Amino acid sequence: MQLTGNYLALAYLVSAILFILGLKGLTHPASARRGNYLAMSGMLVAIIATALDPAVRSYGFIIAGILLGSVIGTVIALKIRMTAMPQLVAALHSFVGLTAVLVAVGTYLTHSRTGNLNTVLMSELFVGTFIGAITFTGSLVAFGKLQGIITGKPLVFRGQHLLNLLIALVMFTSGVQFLLHNEFGALLVMIALALALGILLIVPIGGADMPVVVSMLNSYSGWAAAATGFTLHNNLLIITGALVGFSGAILSYIMSKAMNRSIASIILGGFGSGEGHADTGSSTAGAKGIKTAAVEDAVFLMTNASKVIIVPGYGMAVAQAQHALKELADILEHKGVTVHFAIHPVAGRMPGHMNVLLAEADVPYDHVFEMEEINPEFATADVALVVGANDVTNPAAKSDKSSPIYGMPILDVYKARQIFFIKRSMNPGYSGVENQLFYQDNCSLVFGDAKKVCEKLVVELKAS
Amino acid sequence: MSATMVALYVFVLACFIGYWVIWGVTPSLHTPLISLTNAISGIIIVGAILVAGFGHGGGPAKIIGFVAVTLASINIFGGFVVTQRMLAMFKKKK
Repeated sequence: MQLTGNYLALAYLVSAILFILGLKGLTHPASARRGNYLAMSGMLVAIIATALDPAVRSYGFIIAGILLGSVIGTVIALKIRMTAMPQLVAALHSFVGLTAVLVAVGTYLTHSRTGNLNTVLMSELFVGTFIGAITFTGSLVAFGKLQGIITGKPLVFRGQHLLNLLIALVMFTSGVQFLLHNEFGALLVMIALALALGILLIVPIGGADMPVVVSMLNSYSGWAAAATGFTLHNNLLIITGALVGFSGAILSYIMSKAMNRSIASIILGGFGSGEGHADTGSSTAGAKGIKTAAVEDAVFLMTNASKVIIVPGYGMAVAQAQHALKELADILEHKGVTVHFAIHPVAGRMPGHMNVLLAEADVPYDHVFEMEEINPEFATADVALVVGANDVTNPAAKSDKSSPIYGMPILDVYKARQIFFIKRSMNPGYSGVENQLFYQDNCSLVFGDAKKVCEKLVVELKAS
Repeated sequence: MSATMVALYVFVLACFIGYWVIWGVTPSLHTPLISLTNAISGIIIVGAILVAGFGHGGGPAKIIGFVAVTLASINIFGGFVVTQRMLAMFKKKK
């Protein structure tokens, strides 16, 4: 059986609709799984339809590729730890980028054999390859930073932006060369330059800005797919690419808003390069007029509270404290205390990362609240327990105009009757700014590793 | 209207759909949103299949197509499976 012209287009239309409905399913956790199934069936329809395209003459390489890819993809997806999701996502973005480059080069080779090359096609190839190449290496660098293979600190040097501009100019010149003279060599030079540019664009961006970088590369991977759609005159690729591209762009916007920084300043990089002070432990805390508390104090106040709000941050994920935290919440609820979790949009290393980690620890999603929902509740909370979050709780963002984080939306932890702040050391957060919260009368620091402190809290709670 | 113009129409209208659909996604599902878009951007496999299945015999285009099909499949299977795994964790209070 073969699918020609209009039937093929109809099948692709069905896929596009299924993809849109699939994304729409993510409006609510209850409909999300069905959404994923809809998207899967859309993909199945698209692959079968393409295989029946009369232009496809041989199947050996296709079947081998799908089999190999399905095994690798499924095994990785089943084994990956939830804390490592940002790395997985970055790796998958890089694959889309590389695939876009390969498809463009492959299309050039097949079309030049059949003599179907023209300027429009070649300019579309040009756009597809450079977006794909930048996505590929940019995502590899992001992967390396998230995985800790390369340093998370921003790499900044003099003339960086000028160098990028120069490379971009030469890249476009060789692209034009390719268009005008149909030189395959010029295309390869252009790809090489785009690959270099992808690396240079991401190295100056620091670890704390990773939620934006991950979203941005998500967006790039979409545009790369859309550009490939233009090359192949395939509307399904164009639609899907636009959906993904916009998804990433919107997430980048939400993340930069939540940090009160412009996307431009994040892309230009350099933030978070300031080294934190190396003070450790409670020894220096006392001198600065900061109060500390023992685990027992926290347990006493929490058991007598009617409402406790837990504020988890990336430190919770690093310490793997989420399971102990969930147990803590369970015991408190058993004692009749209302326990809510408050999540800042940029908590974690990618958008929504903290929600997934809490869900993995079996915290019900209707106990987890976003910043706008939970902020009015802090004023009536008896205890706020901050675990591994820092900058996002700093009231200086509201009151101190000279603070580098001034204007950033924060969780209103400072309004709680009593705050317990679990902290490993006196090191400031990523921004390098000291947290004003510590000097408040209602705030006490509990020093120690987040996981160990949470486990101690659980032991004490059980005993009380 | 040329084929490229039609493609441009489709692209711009799809951007609007993307804009509205994505703003509706709940922030708690932003990580699954990224992994699901990872999976569906594997749709680039369509292009990879056309390269890998072009004509008979081997040649560099075939090898390139094979690698592209493999990478896109990793995205599709990896993306959908990990999304499923995450979504299965999101439970309401029993």
